[in-house]
Amino acid sequence: MDAAHAQSHDHSHDDHGHKPSGIMRWVKSTNHKDIGTMYLWFSFCMFLVGGVMALIIRSELFQPGLQIVRPDFFNSMTTYHGLIMVFGAIMPAFVGFANWLIPMQIGAPDMAFPRMNNLSFWLLPPAALLLIAAQFMPGGGAGVGWTMYAPLSTQAGPAMDLTIFAVHTLGISSIMGSINIITTILNMRAPGLTLMKMPLFCWTWLITAYLLVAVMPVLAGAVTMTLTDRHFGTHFFNAAGGGDPVLYQHIFWFFGHPEVYIIAIPAFGVVSQVIPAFSRKPLFGYASMVYATASIAILSFMVWAHHMYTSGMPVEAQLYFMYATALIAVPTGVKVFNWVATMWKGSLTFETPMLFSLGFLFLFTLGGFTGLVLSITPVDVQLHDTYYVVAHFHYVMVAGALFSAFAGIYFWLPKWTGKMYNETLGKWHFWLSLVFFNVTFFVQHFLGLAGMPRRIPDYALQFAEFNMISSIGAFGFGLSQLLFLYIVIKCITSGEKAPDKPWEGADSLEWTHLPTPAPWHSFETPPVIK
Amino acid sequence: MNSMKSERANRRMMTRLSIFAVAMFGFGFLLVPFYEKICEVTGVNNLIKPAAAVENTQIDKSRWVTLEFDSNAHGLEWDFKPVQRSVRVHPGEMIQIEYDVRNNSANAIVGQAIPSYGPKHAAPYVKKLECFCFKQQPLQAGEGKRMPVQFVIDSALPADVNTITLSYTFFEVKGAAMPKAGGQG
Repeated sequence: MDAAHAQSHDHSHDDHGHKPSGIMRWVKSTNHKDIGTMYLWFSFCMFLVGGVMALIIRSELFQPGLQIVRPDFFNSMTTYHGLIMVFGAIMPAFVGFANWLIPMQIGAPDMAFPRMNNLSFWLLPPAALLLIAAQFMPGGGAGVGWTMYAPLSTQAGPAMDLTIFAVHTLGISSIMGSINIITTILNMRAPGLTLMKMPLFCWTWLITAYLLVAVMPVLAGAVTMTLTDRHFGTHFFNAAGGGDPVLYQHIFWFFGHPEVYIIAIPAFGVVSQVIPAFSRKPLFGYASMVYATASIAILSFMVWAHHMYTSGMPVEAQLYFMYATALIAVPTGVKVFNWVATMWKGSLTFETPMLFSLGFLFLFTLGGFTGLVLSITPVDVQLHDTYYVVAHFHYVMVAGALFSAFAGIYFWLPKWTGKMYNETLGKWHFWLSLVFFNVTFFVQHFLGLAGMPRRIPDYALQFAEFNMISSIGAFGFGLSQLLFLYIVIKCITSGEKAPDKPWEGADSLEWTHLPTPAPWHSFETPPVIK
Repeated sequence: MNSMKSERANRRMMTRLSIFAVAMFGFGFLLVPFYEKICEVTGVNNLIKPAAAVENTQIDKSRWVTLEFDSNAHGLEWDFKPVQRSVRVHPGEMIQIEYDVRNNSANAIVGQAIPSYGPKHAAPYVKKLECFCFKQQPLQAGEGKRMPVQFVIDSALPADVNTITLSYTFFEVKGAAMPKAGGQG
């Protein structure tokens, strides 16, 4: 702790006079901490927008029949709920974590390309505006599903063009952000900090960033083809011109499956920091965690067609994709068992970050199991495009990625703001989220098994009870997130002062070498790691 | 000095990663010919190409297959229908049927017919030797045509398939050149 204070005094003269004030501090920011903060707030705003869309969907599905919205608007809501949550909420949230934490965890003064970092962030608001503006185009938003399958997307109204440009913009932002992260991690580590000594969060982001650079351009290619099919007379997906709509699905899922891990892997990273800290033990099987993460990333390129078993594939291809998909359960299992083994005989305490990590561990594993069920071709043919699939991916996306983001925010909030959040309210937030999440999504497994199709605003009468339960859960879950906003604001404005290291078991550089709150400039002279 | 060196290393890394990203953008487009080749090799999707020479021309007199013909024009003012609605044939028999098409619009239009089969898994057993779907069909305003389809049902057709529906849909090929005929372009 003394060392931490000495460090802050060394740099205190730099902190004064350099920090621009007012709005320009944020618009022109090249500081990784400020940019990280902006990413996190942006993602929270998008989380609320996407959440409102989800509640519109659940309101309509509260009862059978059409009560509240028109079907085309409903389709638009399912589409933009997916796009905004994936590209606007979850991905930027973890990029925000990366910005805040990677330089501090590897002992670097900032990201490798601070100006590019600024541009990566400021591409996001225009993209978000495009997605929202699409709702007001003639004909309404493009109700094509977040996967934007041809031929529907090649025939949709002008909202589709805005959506395509938004995807392009988001892709460019992600690629620049990833280049920044890879370069920072590979070139700017403190002396003595070898790759295999890095905190696991940095490892997961290094792997994720490579995935992003590899697949975001492929998505950009797919939507570019859609755009030229729509306006420039090409026939990539147009059967009349010799193209094939199924081709779109292949290209999309070549991006789409790695994308699933782009969301999940940084979540693994956060949990791998939090669980050891509250178990007061080092992470069990560090090296195997690194290799398991890399294996998941590599395998993710080889399993894409399990999303399209019903599109008509030779049976040999179905078998290959089935076995390859089931294989991913092996490295994922390694990770889950390592987290459990980390807790084994640890001195456990259950503060909010740990609770969210445990929630992640249980529910992500449950989502993984339903994924294993869906990987089996004959089962998937039955369950394809039903609510079983909806339940499955919300278990891995919400209870997986989102819960781990909450864990990370509660864990690092003291370091970021210098103040403690209210532990009692944090626990309330966790238990409310956990209960309402399961009320919302657990019943959707039953709906799917009974055959309720997804993305349709009306349903048969026998599904009424479960849908009503699910809708009640969704509103509970949504309202619980306002409590989270309140907790964060209360922490920033009137939280108790946090010590330099509020978590006994935390051991990465941001806890051991920096004061709380982390100074605006940190590690201008790199620490030496033995 | 040291920071200059690391800055150069960073830039080199950025250049490499940018090239990689651009290459992956190209790779997305490379998937198009790759996909077509795979479909061709595995025979998944060669719907509008002539079948390879039919090997087994033995006519299987022991069973009958009913072929039903369907026709659609997608967003086109074309009359398009089969001359016969259905035929009963033996597997292995050479069959020729005909479709009538007429362009009722005031413009010359180039169309492309895409076949589809019901049941889907019967598709590989319908060996088309001659079909109007093998090439684009230009029709002047008001022009009509009678177009043949010649095919053989492979004797290897699974025993549980007794009826095959062959359905064609005409799509407009936008931007295709209209052959000069009748002075209309």
